[in-house]
Amino acid sequence: MIKTEALKFNYNNQVSFNFPDISLNKNENLLIIGSSGIGKTTLLHLLAGLLQSNSGSINLYGQDISKLTQHQIDKFRGQNIGIVFQKPHFVNSLTVKENLQLAQYLGNKKDDSRIVDILSSLDILDKENKNPKKLSQGEKQRASIAMAIVNSPKLILADEPTSSLDDENCERVIKLLKKQASDFNAQLIVITHDNRLKKHFKKSIKL
Amino acid sequence: MNIFKLSIKNIISKPLSSLLSLALLVFGIGIISLLLQLNSLIKTQMDNNLKGIDMVVGAKGSPLQLILSAVYHIDSPTGNISVEDAKKIKNNRMVGSSIDLLYGDNYKGYRIVGTDDEFLDLYDAKIKDGRKWEDPFEVVVGSKIHSKFGLKLDDELMSSHGLRETGEAHEDQLFKVVGLLEPSNSVIDQLIVTSPKSIWDLHAEHDHSGEEHDDEHDDEHDHEHDDEHDHEHDDEHDHEHDDEEITAMLIKFQNPMNIIQFPRQINEETNLQAAVPSYEISRLFKLFGFGIETLTYLAYLIIIVSAFSLFINLFNSMRDRKYEMALIRTLGSSRRQLSFMIIFESLILTTVGFLLGLLVSRLGVVFVSSLMEESLNYNLNSFGILNEELWLLILSIFIGLISSIIPALQVYNLNISEVLGDE
Repeated sequence: MIKTEALKFNYNNQVSFNFPDISLNKNENLLIIGSSGIGKTTLLHLLAGLLQSNSGSINLYGQDISKLTQHQIDKFRGQNIGIVFQKPHFVNSLTVKENLQLAQYLGNKKDDSRIVDILSSLDILDKENKNPKKLSQGEKQRASIAMAIVNSPKLILADEPTSSLDDENCERVIKLLKKQASDFNAQLIVITHDNRLKKHFKKSIKL
Repeated sequence: MNIFKLSIKNIISKPLSSLLSLALLVFGIGIISLLLQLNSLIKTQMDNNLKGIDMVVGAKGSPLQLILSAVYHIDSPTGNISVEDAKKIKNNRMVGSSIDLLYGDNYKGYRIVGTDDEFLDLYDAKIKDGRKWEDPFEVVVGSKIHSKFGLKLDDELMSSHGLRETGEAHEDQLFKVVGLLEPSNSVIDQLIVTSPKSIWDLHAEHDHSGEEHDDEHDDEHDHEHDDEHDHEHDDEHDHEHDDEEITAMLIKFQNPMNIIQFPRQINEETNLQAAVPSYEISRLFKLFGFGIETLTYLAYLIIIVSAFSLFINLFNSMRDRKYEMALIRTLGSSRRQLSFMIIFESLILTTVGFLLGLLVSRLGVVFVSSLMEESLNYNLNSFGILNEELWLLILSIFIGLISSIIPALQVYNLNISEVLGDE
């Protein structure tokens, strides 16, 4: 259950965003689409608890995250939310496997067999002891999806996962995201300006 | 995986800048610790060997040289004085007790000292095996020498003339080991002690005979026979010489106050020289104390530079890894955990730096000690951690905290949303 109401965010009094309410049932995915500068990333950060809204509420699975302290939000995010960024990022001093172990440590979940499961389902198990810098672009993207789902989050937030990809790869990535989300019982919210993704989602909101 | 391991991985992932900060710290800590170690070792050694000696009397020359030769047995003696002159001093009512010292020979570089029985008591030296010397050419051997050369009772030692191993060998007159000393942690550990008469006899005989003996007697039987002959010969010889000499005299005063007046009196009124060890040694420490102080300041400067280097290292890597930090936060790390990651990185480096610094200083002590042992037959041995070194540990931790505090605060206040939006 995901529900936002009258969500509002101001950047220094000049720019302010009013977001439409979101209501999402269990197992429902959502596409949030809008052109640049309209506050897409801001909305994603609000949903992820990376930003605090000025007013309104965000209820994730029965928890109003706007009422949590910074520390509680960090913990909540670590355990319930996985984020896929536009550009894959990793802790570069660690191998792929160690990155996933770090994510598990920070999310209070330790399960090496899950790491193996995820890496093999994404077909990059043979790269587990590689430094992420050494992976190809496609492998990086898959590894970043692994980072997002390693703690079995209830919600996966994806920020422009396909904007820099050609049609073929765009198709591949969005299918992969949807498959991983359903395989691991997570909900997927994709935020993008990429109209190509519309056909993959039953439910979408335009900002 | 945890925050601590992550810190270690971060350090390893940027070996060059980590190594630079580390090297500076190791260098600084190492120098200070080495100076502290050497200073304390030398001071204890010096003090240990100084007790019970208020004044040293010997031939005219450098007072420091007289002290170094007669008390520490590391420099050449200033010369010899006649027994007669020495007796005049001994009979002075200000003198409490006195011990004669007489040099002339060495065994493999270790000095053979002709002296009185009281010499052993001066250093609380105990005989482990055997007995004190009685007859001429009987010797008691210091612990370091007998353990180094594996000497046993009744072994015979061939000495060479002078204070260096390279001196002419006295093949015709051997010393016999009658006693082995326990370690006493003082100079006597590296001395071979005998009666003054042994040295007088040896050199009286030496003056007369010479290379003849070396060539003539090759087999052992002849050699023994030769010894007997020499003894008789020496006894006659001694009677002829009344002007026997000693090298120096260690003196303890009746009353410690005499230390002010008596040495001056000797220096001014006789052709002997009197030197006060405690005074000369503090003069010596002052001489190289200035150098030590300068070096210490330099080392502290290096430590300060290392703190800067550490700070810059952390600060830069913070900037380079901003996105990583934001990522770690989105993975569920609290702000405090992330700050600790930075502080751990710094503390790990400074603690390792401290430990390596101690290691370097110990290697330095071993090196200096081996140098000194070879050239001076002097041994410094102690590996304990000094109190001042615990201060160095605290200093290292302090530097770790100081140089990481700004980067850690920056990470604490990192606006992750902004960083992530910037990509």
